[in-house]
Amino acid sequence: MSPLAQCLSFSCLLFGVGLAGALTRRNAILVLVGIELMLNAANLNFIAFWRFGPHPEQLTGILFAIFSIGIAAAETAVGLALIITIYRHRGSTNLDDLTSLKG
Amino acid sequence: MGTAFCIAALLTLLGGVGSMCFRNLVHCAFALAVSFVGLAACYLLLGAEFVGFAQVLVYVGAVAILIVIAMLLTRNIESKHEPLVAGGWVMGVCVAVLASGSLILCVVNSSVVQGPVSARPTMSTRALGEQLMGDYVMALEGIGLLLTASLIGAVVIALREKEER
Amino acid sequence: MDPSHAANAAIVTHLWVIPAFPLLAAGIIAVTRQSGRKLATVCAVGSMVLALILSLVAFGWVLGRDRGGGELHAVQNIPWLQMGSQSLDLGWVLDPLTAVMLVMVSFVGLLIFIYSIGYMAHDPNYTRFFGFLALFAAAMLGVVIANSLLFLFICWELVGLASYLLIGFWFEKPSAAAAAKKAFITTRIGDMGLFLGMLWLYSSSGTLLFYDHGQGCLEVGALAKLAGQTTLVGMAVSTGVSLLIFCGAIGKSGQVPLHVWLPDAMEGPTPVSALIHAATMVAAGVFLVARVYPLMAAGGPAPGVSTALTVVAWVGVITAVFAACIAVAQTDIKRILAYSTVSQLGFMMLGLGVGGVAVGMFHLITHAFFKALLFMGAGSVIHGVHEEQDIRRMGGLRRFMPVTFLTYAVGMMALAGVPVFFAGFWSKDGILHAAHGWQVSPWPFWGGLFGALLTAFYMTRQVAYVFFGEYRGATRRASSATAPAVSDGHHEPHDGTPHESPAVMTGPLAILAFFAIGLGFIGTPAWPWFQSLLSWRPVDHLELGRLFEEGGAETMALSILVVAVGIGAGWWLYGRRPASSATELDVLERHQPAVFRVLREKFYVDEFYEATFIRLNDRWAWFCVTLDNWVWGGLVLVISYLVLGVSWLDRLFDEYVVNGGFDQGCRGIMRGGTSSSKLQDGNTQTYLRTIGVALTALLLLLTWGCHQ
Repeated sequence: MSPLAQCLSFSCLLFGVGLAGALTRRNAILVLVGIELMLNAANLNFIAFWRFGPHPEQLTGILFAIFSIGIAAAETAVGLALIITIYRHRGSTNLDDLTSLKG
Repeated sequence: MGTAFCIAALLTLLGGVGSMCFRNLVHCAFALAVSFVGLAACYLLLGAEFVGFAQVLVYVGAVAILIVIAMLLTRNIESKHEPLVAGGWVMGVCVAVLASGSLILCVVNSSVVQGPVSARPTMSTRALGEQLMGDYVMALEGIGLLLTASLIGAVVIALREKEER
Repeated sequence: MDPSHAANAAIVTHLWVIPAFPLLAAGIIAVTRQSGRKLATVCAVGSMVLALILSLVAFGWVLGRDRGGGELHAVQNIPWLQMGSQSLDLGWVLDPLTAVMLVMVSFVGLLIFIYSIGYMAHDPNYTRFFGFLALFAAAMLGVVIANSLLFLFICWELVGLASYLLIGFWFEKPSAAAAAKKAFITTRIGDMGLFLGMLWLYSSSGTLLFYDHGQGCLEVGALAKLAGQTTLVGMAVSTGVSLLIFCGAIGKSGQVPLHVWLPDAMEGPTPVSALIHAATMVAAGVFLVARVYPLMAAGGPAPGVSTALTVVAWVGVITAVFAACIAVAQTDIKRILAYSTVSQLGFMMLGLGVGGVAVGMFHLITHAFFKALLFMGAGSVIHGVHEEQDIRRMGGLRRFMPVTFLTYAVGMMALAGVPVFFAGFWSKDGILHAAHGWQVSPWPFWGGLFGALLTAFYMTRQVAYVFFGEYRGATRRASSATAPAVSDGHHEPHDGTPHESPAVMTGPLAILAFFAIGLGFIGTPAWPWFQSLLSWRPVDHLELGRLFEEGGAETMALSILVVAVGIGAGWWLYGRRPASSATELDVLERHQPAVFRVLREKFYVDEFYEATFIRLNDRWAWFCVTLDNWVWGGLVLVISYLVLGVSWLDRLFDEYVVNGGFDQGCRGIMRGGTSSSKLQDGNTQTYLRTIGVALTALLLLLTWGCHQ
């Protein structure tokens, strides 16, 4: 397996772990944690492709990763603010209790 | 790839699994921080030093702390009596396994990964700065705007209403 | 042939105008209100005057033609209905027969129209009457000029229609309506025969035109063909066709057995009786036989002798004797004249059968004049005694109505056949003379003599009852059941004594009386002007010696004797001691009550018909009604139930299959919706899982799809 393939498989694994957590834990914050892990896996993908790609001097991968980190941070902030507000209104962060959008 | 990378990867994975499995939420947050650190190490080993340090700064220093604070604010740290996972967690795990499995399969069978390995690139921060301010200045401004908006939004959303309670 | 047939004279091409005038008058009157009396009168009388003038012109033209070159038949044919190679043509013909009839019909018609002005003056339906009269005149003139059996049939039916309308003129009276219906139906039965004869003739000879420059059905070629063909029963086609056509004549001219309508037809107003049942319509039957005489005479062993003509002669003589017997016992003034008409028509048929066209037509012409005179005189009498029609309640009227009496006496003597001066003598004598010389059988001659005797007898009886003796009518107004009360407006004594009629009624009587005398002289054997006109021979000079040739003296002596006996017997029984009261029994009735009753009841012919044909018809009609109600109606009912059943099935189908299917579909959609909505359970992680699955699926699709 080439180094790139190794990196990519590793990031896929990480992604899977994050996905499993997002899909199984009851707490809303932990869903967010899972999402963070997934985002990081994607970042790793970008870096790997930058490192083993054809034009590393163009720094495209690095820039993409930097922007991704920034955006992830913003998203985490807003998401957590939302969860806090929901906790204040509903008294619970349990996803099973937050089913008012049931169809 | 060297052993260092493997160790870093292992650390990341363990941290990730741990953040998904612990019962205590704060332990989850710490495990997450550990996985972030592991990832930073990976970045360093791959030659993206700036990203690695940015990762530590932002993710470990800000995001993980933020998550801890949120956990504290929602007072749901210990939950011994309730089940750990939501209903139908098997389904979720299966889906995750499926997704990651198919991704790995694609990666392994892909022709892209069979290319030649180039030499370790040299990245200077200066070049990065030049790129940011030059070609990507619009994106930079955009993200600045985004961060501002999210800051304001988060504050607004989490603001306690004065009339209620 | 007529040398000028290449270009017909103006009168011939315009012969159709003669019936067109009265038809136009009828049309104008039909759209006139009942109050437009003057207009109706002017139209009707004016049209008849014009018709008379043109008829005289036609008569003059015929007289002026040269008699040397064979028969005169100036025809004008027009193609009417084209059916592929064949065509039905209409047309008119101007020959001596036509000319004579035209003059007679239009002249007598005109006189009767003028008479009606006075007679119907107080009737509220005056205009309608003149409209019908004009229609009748048009139709009769059409019959006379017709050159095509089809055209003749069309006008024949119109004549029947007009007579129905006129007989039933006072239709509020049930007896009048019934009489009109009886007349129409009885003549219809005869017309069936005529129609069948027409069809047979057309199929055998291919044309219905009488004269068509050698191709007509009365011309030599066609006659030879028709006489040569024989039917299944061994009868020649010409005989068969002739007999069928004669059926129409039997119906229209009231021969036995279809005579039953004529006496009942006296329900109509008197001018109607005069016009239709004396002079014109009933003469149409005789005219028809005269018109198709060549066809009737074809195929016989000798000229003028054939099977068809023999039948005609026998029917005629039977009718003559039969009707004369019945007339002896009647008490209604118009009924006596009606049966007298039937009897005289029988004489005419006898004359046609034994003696030919000229003999029969001469009697027809003279009869038209004196019978119209008699009817109009009877109308004057009825008018004068305030609508009384029973002769037992009249009497002694010669003192009250002298002009009527004189003219009536002239008519009576003409009818009875008083010798020399009266037209009836010469015409009847001609018939008897021809019957005397008939080879087939001597019986018609003796029958004719007997009929003449009876004619003289009953006419004397009638005149004695009506005009002699004392007036037996009460001074009260005896309202007869046969005529509606017409309020007289002119000056008359209100105590009910009879009075003379106004001049507008007695004037035509006088004119007709003149003709009743004068017409005889144009047909005597001494100077046979009329006969030579009809047979288109050059006129011989007056030669008295011809009176006595060929047994003519013997015939004349016998007929004079018979007339004398008849008048004498009538005078002996009725005139010497006239009845003194209205309820006194008739002399004959006293002596022979049984015979008298049979005669008065018209030999019970009507009752016989009632018991047989009418009842049969009733049964048949009842059967048809039952058939219609139960069989056809049942069929319709079955079909309707079938349709109901189908519609019920349809409804079931609609309700359970269509509606049910639709409902099921809707429920299925609802169920699908319900189950689909379970996807949205509000649980975020379910959504995430779904997204994860979709992602995986997409991934696989992209990678493996691209590989392929």
